[in-house]
Amino acid sequence: MRYTFIVALLLTLGLTGCAFDNFEPPQSTFEGRLVYKGEPLLMQSANATGGNNSDFPVFLELWQKAYNNRSSIRIPIKQDGTFSSLLFDGDYKLIVPNGQGPFLWKRTATNTPDSLAVTVQGSQKLDIEVTPYYMVRSPQFSVSGRKVVGSVKLEKIITDAVNGKTVERVSLYVNKTQFVDAGNSLNKADLAGSAITNLDNVSLTTADIPALVPSQSYVFVRIGLKITGVEDMIYTPVQKVNL
Amino acid sequence: MKKYILSLVVALGVVTGCKDDVEFLNVKSTNILLVDEVYGDPRLVLSAATELYNRIPELVEPANFGIYASFDEAFASGDYGRHQNREYSYDDWSLWDYGYIREINLFIERVEAAKALTPADKVRFVAEGRFLRANAYFEMVKRMGGVPLITESLTYDYSGDAAYLRKTRAKESEVYDYVIAEFEAIKSLLPKAPNEKSRATYGLALASKARAALYAGSIAKYGVNTPSVLLPNGEVGIPATKATAYFQTALAAAQELINANQYSLYQKAPDLSTNFANIFLDKANNSEVIFVEDYKLQSGKIHSFALDNQPRALTEEGERGGRLNPSLNLVQSFEKLDNTFAPLAINKGATTDYIYYDKPEDLFAGRDARLQGTVLVPGAIFKNRAIDIFAGIIQSNGTILTGDQLGQLKTVNGASVQVVGLSGPIEGYDGSAQGGFYMRKYNDPVTGSGQIGTQSEVWNVRYRYAEVLLNAAEAAFELGQNAVAAGYINQVRNRAGLTVPLTTGEITFDRIVHERKVELSFENHLLWDMKRWRIAHIVWDGSNSDLTTQPGKATEPSTRVYSLWPYKVYNPGGASHNKWVFRKVLSGRVTQSHIFRLGNYYSRISDGIINSNPLITRNPNQ
Repeated sequence: MRYTFIVALLLTLGLTGCAFDNFEPPQSTFEGRLVYKGEPLLMQSANATGGNNSDFPVFLELWQKAYNNRSSIRIPIKQDGTFSSLLFDGDYKLIVPNGQGPFLWKRTATNTPDSLAVTVQGSQKLDIEVTPYYMVRSPQFSVSGRKVVGSVKLEKIITDAVNGKTVERVSLYVNKTQFVDAGNSLNKADLAGSAITNLDNVSLTTADIPALVPSQSYVFVRIGLKITGVEDMIYTPVQKVNL
Repeated sequence: MKKYILSLVVALGVVTGCKDDVEFLNVKSTNILLVDEVYGDPRLVLSAATELYNRIPELVEPANFGIYASFDEAFASGDYGRHQNREYSYDDWSLWDYGYIREINLFIERVEAAKALTPADKVRFVAEGRFLRANAYFEMVKRMGGVPLITESLTYDYSGDAAYLRKTRAKESEVYDYVIAEFEAIKSLLPKAPNEKSRATYGLALASKARAALYAGSIAKYGVNTPSVLLPNGEVGIPATKATAYFQTALAAAQELINANQYSLYQKAPDLSTNFANIFLDKANNSEVIFVEDYKLQSGKIHSFALDNQPRALTEEGERGGRLNPSLNLVQSFEKLDNTFAPLAINKGATTDYIYYDKPEDLFAGRDARLQGTVLVPGAIFKNRAIDIFAGIIQSNGTILTGDQLGQLKTVNGASVQVVGLSGPIEGYDGSAQGGFYMRKYNDPVTGSGQIGTQSEVWNVRYRYAEVLLNAAEAAFELGQNAVAAGYINQVRNRAGLTVPLTTGEITFDRIVHERKVELSFENHLLWDMKRWRIAHIVWDGSNSDLTTQPGKATEPSTRVYSLWPYKVYNPGGASHNKWVFRKVLSGRVTQSHIFRLGNYYSRISDGIINSNPLITRNPNQ
């Protein structure tokens, strides 16, 4: 009898204990897009399978100012150019780390990435204005036989001699799923930058698309632009085309 | 009576009690040696040195070989995540071990201050300490770029402010200069003892110096190809003007060692493949090996490489074995005996237009003997038994019959037929030969090596003479001395059975890269070589490109590991019955193409390190 009582008491304690130890989870959503004059900039999908955060192809860093020992929070950019993160309320600084993104980010006098102060008080949206090297505009896709034909117009945004960059290549990617980019494609066509004569009309044609298993009558396509000396590519929106 | 006992007890208490406090608290420990005691006896100093040797940082070790499958040398039969990550983490391969550096510094200082050591002992121990320290800095600089150079033990003054202990990163070239100068300074202090494989020797100092100078030289020369992998103060990046001097240093150091005639290429077994495999197995009078991490059975220092890599057909431990499968990418890189390159001849164009072979190993005939010294190919014999690799049988109508258990039997036209090899391959079956091949290099053929209770004592070769020759050849090539380079590279090739010497005109960058790839595969060179040549981002470029048809070209993309699966033809009465055909396979487990980003050239210095020392600058592109 007595033991039952003790066991019951312990169980009760176990159920109710530790309310004071736990922190509230972060609840404020911080989300937005990377934009140039309001237009989103599209990139490689973050297809990392958990584990280390730096597997993200393109990411921003947030640094919370409240603590002495600082380490960054990495926010991946999704393939539609958006990002979102659950945060604690507080004051943050946002930077684009060196070498991230197919765009220019302001730099300080000491040549480190300039920071953007972000105050998180409840959920908020923030579009971050950046200056891309190029914009990839008016993508058009068509199908002829089992080939996909695509064309885009490239607009050079950064034209000065110091920061301007040339086109390394333009690629048309085809995949079975909506995740389609340089790393995820079942078919692709490349056009070297040196072979482009007119930036206003860059046209590519893939080889025949192999039979899809299991069979499906449509594919997802996307055109990407690789800029010389810049790792991350700029993409057009994912489009579904019927074969 | 009771009274007597009581007074006796009290009397005893008075007699024995209350020793002097100081004496009581000074009981000598029976299991802890104090610093003075250790450095008062050369045998104990050797123990302290051994502990430092034991901690030499190493990216890959025999018991921790998985990282070999992270690039394009091997398929990880079980650890499939290695083929499903696209980006390498910036944190990968990092090393920032100042605890180790401090202990080496203390070791050197204490040996120098020790009174009980003979001058000869002191000289050798100090030189060994300096070797370990230079080697540790070499390991750090090739991963992180320039790091703070701390060459004495630092002491905190308890003032509450440790800022005066903060040091900035040295230039990358300064760290290499330091490492090279140290190796040069200690070479004559160390014994000229080519049979000493576990401790620092004259030969090791020169071999290390040649390797370090070669790395620095190629970073200086090829850094121009990755202009953004650079920090303005030189913590990362070496000016191109320094390249020639480094290559000269490398060539001179390698030649000094070569001309000392202390080491020679291992040539004992008549079968060239076995001879190549034995470089890593033969511990008796091995003339090639310069420096190893040694292992010994029943001593506690053993490793599980053989346990985890024994062919599944002859496993000694249940479900263990077969984890690391050399890839077709690597296998097809081994050239033909006439010094030309060609993909393996498996079909005449279309995948099913097979070329038939009588025996599976015939596909690999007429290739560099190092292929079968490195890799167990289908049809190979290991531990005197067949390793039995085939993925299925092909029936007369062309259909493939396969199974999902190792060595599975199925009934075909009323007859019981084995449809899968005892080692697989079976897609997704851990440890089966999913890459189509097993490891021979470092794989211990001794009975019992595959048992958990015994394991392996094959040593981990860190420096060997063939690499010195290849370093000399590369440095000579970079200095435009192609005839000298050909002389050295041909020695290595001749030992491997490639008896047609390369001419001076055939010495190219691609040749240098290729020779290191096949000679030094699975020896912890690939990543560092690709980094210093600045071609890692070109070869692992994230494109899902097909297996190259030009295996001799250094810059061909190779982002996914391909497998080669043998099939047995089952057509009783037919002409091709029991013949062998092959298919190139991309495993369904390989879902992503590797991309080596510019930020991967130098590993990330963690936020924690920068928090404690804000003077540390970040590495570029991350």
